[in-house]
Amino acid sequence: MAYYQNIFTQVQLRAGPDMGVPVPQLERTGEPTFVHWIGRVGNAQIGPIYLGYLGVLSLASGLIAFEIIGLNMWASVNWSPIEFVRQLPWLALEPPKPEYGIRILPPLAEGGWWLLAGMFMTISVLLWLARMYRRARALGLGTHTAWAFGSAIWLMLVLGFIRPLLMGHWSEAVPFGIFPHLDWTAAFSIRYGNLFYNPFHMLSIAFLYGSTLLFAMHGATILAVSRFGGEREIEQILDRGTAAERAALFWRWTMGFNATMESIHRWAWWFAVLCPLSGGIGILLTGTVVDNWYLWGVHHGIAPSYPHVFPPVVDPLTAPGATQ
Amino acid sequence: MKLAFQLLGVIALVLLTSAMLFRSGWTRPPVNSAQNGFRGTAMVQVSNPAADAVLKMANALPDPIEKVAPGGGKATDVYKNVQVLTDLSADEFTRTMLAITEWVAPQQGCGYCHNVENLADDGLYTKVVARRMLQMTRHINTDWKAHVATTGVTCYTCHRGMPVPASLWYEPDVPHAGGFAAGNRGMGHPGPSNGSTALPLNSFDPVLAPQDVIRVVATQRLPSGLGASIQTTESTYSLMIHMSESLSVNCTFCHNTRAFSQWAESTPQRVTAWHGIQMVREIDANYLDPLKGTLPATRLGPHGDGPKVDCKTCHQGVSKPLFGASMAKDYPELGGVAGAP
Repeated sequence: MAYYQNIFTQVQLRAGPDMGVPVPQLERTGEPTFVHWIGRVGNAQIGPIYLGYLGVLSLASGLIAFEIIGLNMWASVNWSPIEFVRQLPWLALEPPKPEYGIRILPPLAEGGWWLLAGMFMTISVLLWLARMYRRARALGLGTHTAWAFGSAIWLMLVLGFIRPLLMGHWSEAVPFGIFPHLDWTAAFSIRYGNLFYNPFHMLSIAFLYGSTLLFAMHGATILAVSRFGGEREIEQILDRGTAAERAALFWRWTMGFNATMESIHRWAWWFAVLCPLSGGIGILLTGTVVDNWYLWGVHHGIAPSYPHVFPPVVDPLTAPGATQ
Repeated sequence: MKLAFQLLGVIALVLLTSAMLFRSGWTRPPVNSAQNGFRGTAMVQVSNPAADAVLKMANALPDPIEKVAPGGGKATDVYKNVQVLTDLSADEFTRTMLAITEWVAPQQGCGYCHNVENLADDGLYTKVVARRMLQMTRHINTDWKAHVATTGVTCYTCHRGMPVPASLWYEPDVPHAGGFAAGNRGMGHPGPSNGSTALPLNSFDPVLAPQDVIRVVATQRLPSGLGASIQTTESTYSLMIHMSESLSVNCTFCHNTRAFSQWAESTPQRVTAWHGIQMVREIDANYLDPLKGTLPATRLGPHGDGPKVDCKTCHQGVSKPLFGASMAKDYPELGGVAGAP
């Protein structure tokens, strides 16, 4: 039967575990358990679980990638446990030097580990994508989740694999590490003349912020009409009730337009999927098709010109009398 | 049990929050901002009264040393083994020695550099280094006006009453497992030379590189061959972070950050800073690093290189060292004449 749970669950009902709908094949295994603290933020029931060979292989390759990255980071502080914890956010696993081009396996110490970690991470996420697709099919669902995950994988592969291949250098790819990959992002934007003038970067940001806005609007709307049964969204889609009508009227009143109980989910799905999709296109064009986005923006009239408030500044290398 | 967990959670939260709030590196409000570019370009400089007060204290000027009347006997006639300050009178020479003692070795006194039995003796390495530093100071004041303008520098600009200036750099040494573990080219370790980022620690490599590798941004809108690598860009970025930290300024002190490389969009300070990089490059290569043969092992870096200056050596957190006070004009002994090469 329908039941209602939210992030502030105060009372947890305990009964026999919910075994879900029967599926024709690939039954899940394991004895379900309940965890109180998980129940505070979601469903307290853990399991039964189904991993299958795709899941097992995916987790195994993910673990290999994780170990390669983690052990190399630990080695980079000479196996000191204290320094490992202290410097962890800064620790890196860097791609090969430019000199190695796209050599299949440069020396392990000079980027070989980076390539191996990237390969196992890619295998891991692709297997998990296949697993998502097959789990959805096994339950008779649409495959929207798998395609959305695929969009994120597209961006990851553009950054770490496709674009470096096109550029002919693994060194163009992103390092592993918390701050290292952020510093890489800033350096990448500076090297290619400011990514903010890249139209696909603009689109990606619009979809990113748009996603959070839609998420907040939709979440707020459904919580607000839950007193009228609005949280039963699928029922409201099929058989529009007072919750759906009030929600629609609210948005028509406040902004003149409303999505429907069904279409809001398409809005949100497309915004989320288009964020990495358009971002990936923007990255793919950087360095391959456009080398300096600011100058490109000036050429195409999208970078405004501001009045000069300083005396003219001239490159000292081109100034009269400069010695080089 | 549940209550214990909740209590534990609250305690952990309080501890983490206070650790975050009271850790050094956080700035107590207010943070003031002053616009230095056209409106809408986000060109502002931020400052904090408490941090400014600390800087003001740290950059107080030393007591002036009384001037001497011009004329009188030449220093070379009175003292033996005078090699650099040959143009000074004996009075000016003595005043300069007094000033150096006051600025560089106030605790240790004359004996820090001189054999007090025989002042002309070159036996102490500190005396040989001090002579080279005098040449460097005169060279900077005479030949690097593009960076130091007429403000000039004195020994005090860097030394601040200490025999070894507070900020110097050496080839970095990262304790690192060998073998086939990833080397990462010195990246991924926070330190003073990279402003506690994950950028390369050897941020001064581009400064000492024989050719200019600092300019990394593409100069054309469309690609034409392979430009600077991301790794070179990260070295430049690291150097720029060092400059920003050394001068306590934002990127926008010199750049319009929408187009870092464009000179037409930059502030006049960028030209001064450019000459500063050339100056550091020149004096590190010609004056500081060659001292490694003179200095004892304790003064050398982990890879046996000599101490070298960076932006912070003079600037010490201020965009104009000592808040722009010109000590050099009161000590013409340190700059009037071009130093020996």
